[in-house]
Parts: sequence; C-alpha cells; structure tokens
Amino acid sequence: MRDVDVSIIENKLREACMAIAVEYSHDIICALKKGEQEETREKSKAALRMLLENAEIASREQIAICQDTGMAIVWVKAGQEVHFTGGSLMEAINRGVAAGYHDGYLRASVVDDPLFDRKNTKTNTPAVVYCDIVPGDEVEVEVMAKGFGSENKSKTKMLTPADGVEGVKKFVLDAIREAGPNACPPMVVGVGVGGTFDSCAVMAKKALLRPISQSNPDERYRQLEDELLEAANQLNVGPMGLHGKTTALKIQIEQFPTHIAGLPCAVNICCHVCRHARMVI
Amino acid sequence: MKYNIKLPMDLETRKKLRAGDEVYLTGIIYTARDAAHKRLHELREKGEPYPFDVKDAIVYYVGPTPPKPGHAVGSAGPTTATRMDPYAPELLDDGLAGMIGKGRRSKEVVDAIIRNQAINFVAVGGAGALLSQSIKKAEPVAFEELLSEAIVRLTVEDFPCFVGVDTLGNDIYDE
Repeated sequence: MRDVDVSIIENKLREACMAIAVEYSHDIICALKKGEQEETREKSKAALRMLLENAEIASREQIAICQDTGMAIVWVKAGQEVHFTGGSLMEAINRGVAAGYHDGYLRASVVDDPLFDRKNTKTNTPAVVYCDIVPGDEVEVEVMAKGFGSENKSKTKMLTPADGVEGVKKFVLDAIREAGPNACPPMVVGVGVGGTFDSCAVMAKKALLRPISQSNPDERYRQLEDELLEAANQLNVGPMGLHGKTTALKIQIEQFPTHIAGLPCAVNICCHVCRHARMVI
Repeated sequence: MKYNIKLPMDLETRKKLRAGDEVYLTGIIYTARDAAHKRLHELREKGEPYPFDVKDAIVYYVGPTPPKPGHAVGSAGPTTATRMDPYAPELLDDGLAGMIGKGRRSKEVVDAIIRNQAINFVAVGGAGALLSQSIKKAEPVAFEELLSEAIVRLTVEDFPCFVGVDTLGNDIYDE
C-alpha cells in the first residue's frame, strides 16, 4: 500500500484550475494560427487574430481567457494499492477547485439547485467527479473547466445498428451545424460511440481530454475523425460563426462495446478554449 | 464599413448600420444575463420600474470574472444571446436601443429589432481578456446578490464588435 494525502490532490487541483483558465494549450494555439493563415475572408481572419491576441493578453496579465471559466469536471484514476489519508477525497477535490477559482479570480458559475432556487454556490463547486479504480499505486487526476455556451449545444442520441457509420456522421455533423456561432467556434468536438445511454455521454466528454495533436489509436476511428473534421470544415460555420474553413479544430472519438440492439452516440461540443490538465501523483 | 460610435446611439446612427459592419462603441452599456433578465421581466410583470433607464440603453450579455486588484473588471466576453430571446422583445418595446452578445437571435427578437429600429451586436466569444481592456469602469446597479449575473454599468472605450442584426433584420450569420 502507498499512502497518498488528499491535500496533495487538493493543492494540485487548485493550481491546475488557475493555470488552465489563463493559458491555452500549445496545440490549440498552433491550430488557431494555422486557421488564421488558411482563412481567406477578412472577418474570419480578424476573429481568429482577436482570439490569438486575447490569448496573449490572458497569459501576460494572468486573467481568464474567457469569462466563462466553466464548471469543473474531475477524473480520478486511483491505483488499487493507494490508501488515501487526510480525510475525504471528495471534499479535498471540491476544496481544491474552490480555492483555485477563488485565488485565480475565476467566475463562480455553479448554482445549487438547477430548477427552483438557482442560487450561486459562490465557490464554483461542487465539481462533477468520476472515479475509476485501476491497478498500481499511482493516482492520476485530470481536470477540465467546461464552458456552457458549447455544453448547451451537445447532444446524445440512441442510434440503431442499421444507422451505422453514416448515421454517426450525420448526427455529429448536424450537431456541429446546429451549434453554429453559439458554441464559440472553432470547436473541439468529443464524440462517444457505443456503451450505454449514460456512458456514451461520458466518453464524449472524456474524448475532449485527448490533446488535439493525438488521434484515436484504432485506424478506422482515426480515419472517421479525419473525415468528420474535413466535412465539419466544409459547413462554412467558421470562426465565431462568421463563415470560413475553421469550424472545428479536431474531432475526437472514443468507442466502447455496446448491446446488440444499440448504437448510442453522443457529441460533446467544446469551444476553442478547450481547458484541461493532467497530473500524476 | 467601420464605425466609431458614441453611445447613446441616435436613430440615424442605428439606421445606417448594416449587418457585418465593424464597430467600436464608446460610452455606457449595462450588463445583464439570464438571472438579471428574469428579474427585469418580473419587475415589468408587477408594474415596477426597471433599476436603470432602458430607453436608448445598450445591454451587454456578459457575466465577467471577478476583477483583479487595480482592474475595473475581469475577463468579460459575450455570452450566448439566444438564451435571452424570451426576454429581449419586451425590453426592445420598452426602448432598448441594442444588445451585445454572441449567437443567433429568434424570429421574435429580429421582428422586435425591426419594429423598434434597434441593433443586435455580436462580439467575439472567448475573447474575454481582450474585450476587458476596453472596459474602463464598472459600477454596480442592481441585483448584486447575483454576483457575476448582477446588473453593472460599464464605461467602455472603443469596445470592438460587429453589427449582428441591423434595423432591416439582416443577419451577419446569413451574409
């Protein structure tokens, strides 16, 4: 057994929440620059230039890239040889997120009750937390700060086996088209295929954790990702919906075995500020 | 076209703007998003006055991050205007001159824009750090308990945006 004090996770989460709010990942910056070079319409180029300038200001001044600093989603992969000490892991996670949002001057965007009270919790918690138990004595923690302009445009559908690859393509592209300017394109699009109604949506979100320079390791899915990206960039949504070739920066698919009767499909849309960080303890 | 506009905008200014024009706004704008709009609607239903004069005013759909010491405001980019569609027509009918947000507006809002000769501006979503540089002053107006959703009076200088929907109902997204 290896003892891991939950305060280590708390502190790392605090730092990660602060960092991802102000710094774009390098691969996204490269993709935005590439888009800026490839766009031909002046307005579309201008929108991408504004995003790049915005990125510089956010980094220099250490202020949030976007005012929607998101709801925190935390994935914990705990090695089964790990013994957590120092109190509740869940409480430590929420303390870390709350501290990061407070100390980083980030927006508290969480309401306590979704339907009736909608009172701000003031701490940006609770976070949505997923835990997996894996072999080993390490703890891997990933955090995503998910904005809701794009989250609101995400979709899940129970396709049938007969819908097949074409059904998946149509569903994904329809979702991107419908998301349009509202989801702050250029987007990163997470797609879940298979599993169950619920796990499929989680896969779509998890797909967004993969760096956009990496594709699905299965050749067939990698090809589908590329095909969908090309098709998405022909929808003429463009940066900020001002038309052009840069609608999506990457399509990320995750797949899982499913039932003989089903083909669940989920599309989790993320804006260009695809914020996530990974740490191993 | 490119315009520098002093707020409040007169009718002539509004009428000459066309969807797709690049504009830089200078003057006073008011923040309001989902929760504040719900409150404004409730006040209207009860026949009570709005907490600011909506006549000729511009509302910015934004919920900024908290300001760092020495800053007027934190990151302050536009939120999706579409969510405010149920509330926008009545504010326009009450005299609102325009709105700033991102995303499409409903037919009801576009009709109200034409009816009232108003403007829907779009700002670049996700450029909150850049846009905050054009905001020089922030003064609380109402609903402070709503935190980032409170109504705040912003003084802006050369705030960059585009004309989204013009007084004829043309839409930048349909160009």
